Amino acid sequence: MTVEELEQRQTDELDRQRGLENRIYCCTAAGCISSGADRIRQALTDEVKAQGLEGKVEVCGTGCMGLCSRGPLVRTSKDNALYGNLEPSQAAAVVRGAAEDKEKLAPSRLDTSAPFFSKQKKVVLANSGVVDPEKLADYIAAGGYQALAKVITEMSSQEVIEEVKASGLRGRGGAGYPTGLKWELVARQPATPKYVVCNADEGDPGAFMDRSVLEGDPHRVLEGMAIAGYAVGAQQGYIYVRGEYGLAIQRLQTAIKQAERDKLLGNRVLESGFHFRVDLRIGAGAFVCGEETALIASIEGRRGQPRQRPPYPPEAGLWDKPTLINNVETYANIPAILNNGSESFSSVGTATSKGTKVFALAGKINNTGLIEVPMGTTLRTILFDIGGGVPGGKEFKAAQTGGPSGGCIPAEFLDLPVDYESLSKIGSIMGSGGLIVMDNTSCMVDVARFFMEFCMDESCGKCIPCRAGTVQMHDILNRITSGDATEHDMKLLEELAKLLREASLCGLGQTAPNPVMSTLRYFREEYEAHVRDHKCPAGHCSLNGKQGGAK
Amino acid sequence: MSRHQYSGDALIEVLHTAQELYGFLTPDLLKTIARKLRLPPSRVLGVTTFYHFFSLAPKGEHSITVCTGTACYVAGALGLLQTVEKRCHCKSGATSPDGKVSVSAARCIGSCGLAPAVIFDGNIMARVKPEDLSAELDRIGVQ
Repeated sequence: MTVEELEQRQTDELDRQRGLENRIYCCTAAGCISSGADRIRQALTDEVKAQGLEGKVEVCGTGCMGLCSRGPLVRTSKDNALYGNLEPSQAAAVVRGAAEDKEKLAPSRLDTSAPFFSKQKKVVLANSGVVDPEKLADYIAAGGYQALAKVITEMSSQEVIEEVKASGLRGRGGAGYPTGLKWELVARQPATPKYVVCNADEGDPGAFMDRSVLEGDPHRVLEGMAIAGYAVGAQQGYIYVRGEYGLAIQRLQTAIKQAERDKLLGNRVLESGFHFRVDLRIGAGAFVCGEETALIASIEGRRGQPRQRPPYPPEAGLWDKPTLINNVETYANIPAILNNGSESFSSVGTATSKGTKVFALAGKINNTGLIEVPMGTTLRTILFDIGGGVPGGKEFKAAQTGGPSGGCIPAEFLDLPVDYESLSKIGSIMGSGGLIVMDNTSCMVDVARFFMEFCMDESCGKCIPCRAGTVQMHDILNRITSGDATEHDMKLLEELAKLLREASLCGLGQTAPNPVMSTLRYFREEYEAHVRDHKCPAGHCSLNGKQGGAK
Repeated sequence: MSRHQYSGDALIEVLHTAQELYGFLTPDLLKTIARKLRLPPSRVLGVTTFYHFFSLAPKGEHSITVCTGTACYVAGALGLLQTVEKRCHCKSGATSPDGKVSVSAARCIGSCGLAPAVIFDGNIMARVKPEDLSAELDRIGVQ
C-alpha cells in the first residue's frame, strides 16, 4: 500500500460506515466476554438477519469500553446509547431501536454524561471501544497508520526523536524514564542491527491496562513500534507478551498478519525504503521477565534472569545489540504525539508528568474497569468521581498502586495529584497503572504478606538478598499475621527491608520491600496490634479464626 | 522447530508448541528438543523448570485456575482455592488423585474487574462464589 492508497482506504471505509443506518458495537474484551458478550453479539447478529437489516445495520466487536463491572456492554452509533448488563433477549429491541424499544431498554441504558465518562480523557484508549480490533480497515478509518505515513514521508529520524522528546512522554511501565532520551540513546549507537522490543509482560497483579490496549487496539501498538523502529534505525521488533493473555496474543497475531499483507509492516513499509518486521514472543509465566534484562534473556530462549546493569539495553540488549525497550502504553502514545503534535500532548498533565495515564480500577470499588485520566488528576477524583467510591457503605482505607513494587496510599493523601513525583514522595510508585482499593475490612499486614509471598515465589534466585531475603521477610509477616511475632521481629523486618532495597540485583528485589515499608509507614498501629495484642483490627487475619478470604 | 530454523533462541517457542501438542513435557521429549536445537539437555531442563507455564507431569481432564492476584485476593480468592483443594483432594499445582482435575493458582489473569475470577477449562468465570465452584465440580462428577 502507498500513502495515497492508505488515504483512499480511509475515505472508502468512512463512506461505507456513513452509509450504514446503525452500527452496533459489542465490547469483546476479556472482561465482557466472561460476562457473556459472545452470546450478545451472536444474538444481535441473528436479530439483524431476522429483521432483514443486513447491509443497513452492522454488528461489530470492539476493545474494552471501560466499565467492566457493568459488562457486557453494547453501544449503538445511531443514538450513541450505551447499554450495560444486556441479556440476549434484549437484542431484538436494540436492533429495532424504535421509541417503545428505547423505553423498554431504559433500565439498561448507562448515562454517558456520568463522571465515570466525563472526567476521563482518552488518548491511548481513544480507539478502544470504537474500532474493531480484528479489522484493519476500522483502524485506518480512525486515522490509523497516518502517523507512520507522515513520519516516513516527511520526517527524518532525528526529527521524530525531537518530537517525542518535546512531548515530555515518560515510560509508562512504571519507572518513568523519558522516552525521547531513551530513543536518542539507541539511535546514537553505532552497532547494528538494532532491535525494538515491546514489553507486554504485564505481571503486576491487579493491572490489566496493557492487556486491554493489546486486545482493543493492537494496530496502534504496532504503529508505535514501527515509528520507534524508524527513529532508532531498527528493522526488527519483538513483542514479549504474557502467555496468560490468550486473546491478546490471538489479536496481535491477526493484526501483524493484516499489517504485513498491506505493507504497513515488513519489507518496504508503505513502498518506502524502510523495513520493519514484528514478531511475537510468548512468555511462560515468570514475573521477573518484566525486568528488561530478564526479558531479553527470555526472548533469547534462556531462563529469565536479570543481569547487572550497566550496560543498559540501549547499548547492549538483545544479542548484545542496541535495543529499545518500551512498555505497551508508551508505544500506544506515539501515534497520537506525531499526529497531533507534541504541544497538544504536553498541554495535558503536570509540569513533569505529561499526557494521560491509563489505570485499572479494581478491588473494593463500585466501577471496576479501565480508565484514562490526565496526569495530575487527584486520587479522590479517580476513586470517588470516576470509580464511584467504595461499595456497601464501607470506609475507604487505602489504595494500592504499582503492584508488588508499589505501596499503599492512605486516605490522608486522597487529594494528592497522581504523577510520578508525588507518588514516589509518599513511598509508592506510579507503576504500570493497577489501582486496587481496599476498605476497612482489608488487613494491611495481610496485604503486605500477600505481596511478599508473590515476590518470594517470583524471585528468580540469582542474587541472595532477594532469594533469601524475601523468604525471611515472608516468614516474619506470617508470624505477625498468626500472632506469634515479637517486637524483635518488627526490628528485623525493617532491617531486612533496607537490606533488600540496597543489595538486590534487579528491580524485583529492590522494590520487594516497598509494600512492607509503606504499610509500616502509614499503618504501623496495625502491625503493633498484631504483635502486642494479638489482634487483627480489620478482623481479617487467621488471628480471628478466619483464614483470609472471608468477607 | 523447522519454522525457527532449529535455532536455540527459539527454545521457549518450541516448548510452548510441544506442550500444546502433547499436554505436558516428558523427559524423552525434552531430550529430543535438546538434540534437535543442539542445546545441552541441562539448559532445556533448566528453562523448562524455570517457567511456571511448563508442566512435567500429565494434566487432569479438567483444569481449574483460581486467580490469586491482588484484586481477587481481597475479594476472597483464598476461600475459593481452599474449596477446590478440599473437593479435589490435592494442593494447588497438582492434579486430583483420580486424574480428573488439575488445580492451580494464577498470579493474576488480568480480569481484575471481575474479581474473584476463576479459569475453568479455559473459560473465565466472573465474581465466583465457593458454591458456584462446588456446582461446577459436581457437574463434572467430582466426588
